[in-house]
Amino acid sequence: MSSIELLTNKEYKYGFVTDIESDMIPRGLSEETIRLISEKKNEPEFMLDFRLKAYRNWLKMEEPQRWPNITYPKVDYQDIIYYSAPKQKPTLASMDEVDPELIKTFEKLGIPLTEQKQLANVAVDAVFDSVSVATTYKEKLKKHGVIFCSFSEAVHEYPELIKKYLGTVVPTNDNYFAALNSAVFTDGSFVFIPKGVRCPMELSTYFRINNSESGQFERTLIIAEENSHVSYLEGCTAPKFDKNQLHAAVVELVALDDAEIKYSTVQNWYAGDEEGKGGIYNFVTKRGACRGRNSKISWTQVETGSAITWKYPSCILQGDNSIGEFYSVALTNHAQQADTGTKMIHIGKNTRSNIVSKGISAGKSNNSYRGLVKVLAGAEGARNYTQCDSLLIGDKCGANTFPYIEVSNNTAKVEHEATTSRISEEQLFYLRQRGISQEDAVSLIINGFCKDVFRELPMEFAVEAQRLLGMKLEGSVG
Amino acid sequence: MLEIRDLHARVEGKDILRGVSLTVKRGEVHAIMGPNGSGKSTLAKVLAGHPSYEVTSGEVLFDGKNLLELEPDERARGGVFLAFQYPVEIPGVSNAQFLRLAYNEKRKHLGEEELDPLEFKDLLKERAQIVEMDAGLMSRSVNEGFSGGEKKRNEILQMAVLEPKLAVLDETDSGLDIDALRIVSEGVNKLRHADNAIVLVTHYQRLLNYIVPDYVHVLYKGRIVRSGGKELALALEEKGYDWIKDEAEESQPSAASA
Repeated sequence: MSSIELLTNKEYKYGFVTDIESDMIPRGLSEETIRLISEKKNEPEFMLDFRLKAYRNWLKMEEPQRWPNITYPKVDYQDIIYYSAPKQKPTLASMDEVDPELIKTFEKLGIPLTEQKQLANVAVDAVFDSVSVATTYKEKLKKHGVIFCSFSEAVHEYPELIKKYLGTVVPTNDNYFAALNSAVFTDGSFVFIPKGVRCPMELSTYFRINNSESGQFERTLIIAEENSHVSYLEGCTAPKFDKNQLHAAVVELVALDDAEIKYSTVQNWYAGDEEGKGGIYNFVTKRGACRGRNSKISWTQVETGSAITWKYPSCILQGDNSIGEFYSVALTNHAQQADTGTKMIHIGKNTRSNIVSKGISAGKSNNSYRGLVKVLAGAEGARNYTQCDSLLIGDKCGANTFPYIEVSNNTAKVEHEATTSRISEEQLFYLRQRGISQEDAVSLIINGFCKDVFRELPMEFAVEAQRLLGMKLEGSVG
Repeated sequence: MLEIRDLHARVEGKDILRGVSLTVKRGEVHAIMGPNGSGKSTLAKVLAGHPSYEVTSGEVLFDGKNLLELEPDERARGGVFLAFQYPVEIPGVSNAQFLRLAYNEKRKHLGEEELDPLEFKDLLKERAQIVEMDAGLMSRSVNEGFSGGEKKRNEILQMAVLEPKLAVLDETDSGLDIDALRIVSEGVNKLRHADNAIVLVTHYQRLLNYIVPDYVHVLYKGRIVRSGGKELALALEEKGYDWIKDEAEESQPSAASA
């Protein structure tokens, strides 16, 4: 029996570095660092207080190294540069004033920013290291009442909204990485969809880490008022460095009565080399609050990059009849590790949640699904359906499922199904016997396995995700 | 078209084929019969290039070319088709998507333009009639949740779409009720013509009532021990395989001791 050997990772095509002059602060973390960041961003007092409170919490907290199914050497938090921004004019009147190097960088990543080339029907906020460098279609969106801007801008332009919502979904003491983020975050995106508005285009943020010594700590806050709708996409890449870099983001979503937020991620951070050298530590807290009746939050993620992924996009289903969804494809190859899943907290009556998780492990990687479904006593008629499927390629990789189910209401219905399978020689032989090449056969099987998740992605993203999976697993099979 | 010369093959260290020779010409239908474990399915899989089967000696020429040095997908594109005894399920991949991919691979190989989904849909609709296949099965995942009969019909549908030069049908009759057997056999008969060849691997004679072969060969312990016309199959039906076994072991005692 010939075994299916690991398909080798194709060259990571986003691994280049942009040569640009940066404004950096010295490495290390202290109250001084935080005051410096806040000062550089010219922040109001309430933001500094928020940061310092988070920092003091963080100091008392412990890094979650024990419970996740991941291992990595201790991160030296004093060896990170917490602020690195490309030098450019403080305020930009138009896209023409953005440094051409940056425009070129994002163009190379497939994200054109200039007016002439902007993506049709997708507004983009481009984040480079610690700051947002450009946001497209801002004016057009404003006409509909939609606010889409960098977080820094929002702090100055809409402080009342920030004060009202920041940290209300993910509190500053929520977990170690969220506390760290709350203390040092430098930028990110802010979205506000007013009552009754259906956002006329897809909103998207593209994150790029360029500096080898800096981490990226961004913050995203999306608020959908009553009866509004928004679809938001997120993409990320980083250059290839031998050193690991920390990416600790926090995303907070708030959906009021009858509002719907659809949040999609295609994550392609640098994953490290075959031996596991370098790559991003992706330690991210994402959570949505369905505060209103009949509200809905949908997370769709395609996780293909990062040396380590630690991430559990979750929904707090507070409003009656609210709906939480989580659709995930997590692919690990070589030495990558992923511990990812979701939490669905049912609080309101007749709340529903749906979880579809597809884990693909290859090489000597380790891929775990970890999910919590919690039904509180008041959640009369709550329903959850969870489907967790793992696909193994080769025999040196691992896949685990850790479902946690806590139900305190006996009218609730919770279902969990899990499968583990391999791409079998028989499947490959069958497809090849019909004239399909080995590589196309593998890609067909994998895309079939991920179908339930891909169909949740916006069209362009689905195509991109399929291509990405194929690329990540391209190579020869023995 | 197909020339097998003194073929020896093994799987998991066990010798299964011990010198098979067979010549199949364009327009012919050959039936390979034999008791369980005689090597019938092994022969089918070796011809298609299954990676678990190792050819230890002998050669196979297909249209004058060495078939054994080609990858399974190259053999398929060159016109070799295997209808599987146990068709494999491919979850999440629709039957239509799979068939179109396979069909377009063949067209690319022939230097022809690929068909888009709409064009292919028409072709598929027409071919599906050959095996009386329901349109609903086209949008379902490949073989997933198909009944035994539907799986076998799906194999013949693939044959109808790909129009191979050489089709090897491995126990296509197994697990079929009488109605399904009729539909599948009639489908094969419609696809039978002067330019292609069919090798039927079967344990039972009943399939040969529907698909009448030009030649019948009996495989026993990895060798063809007897060949004849369609009447040989009837003799086997009547007398069973024992007389063939006895005869074979008298003439070749070494095979019996191995």
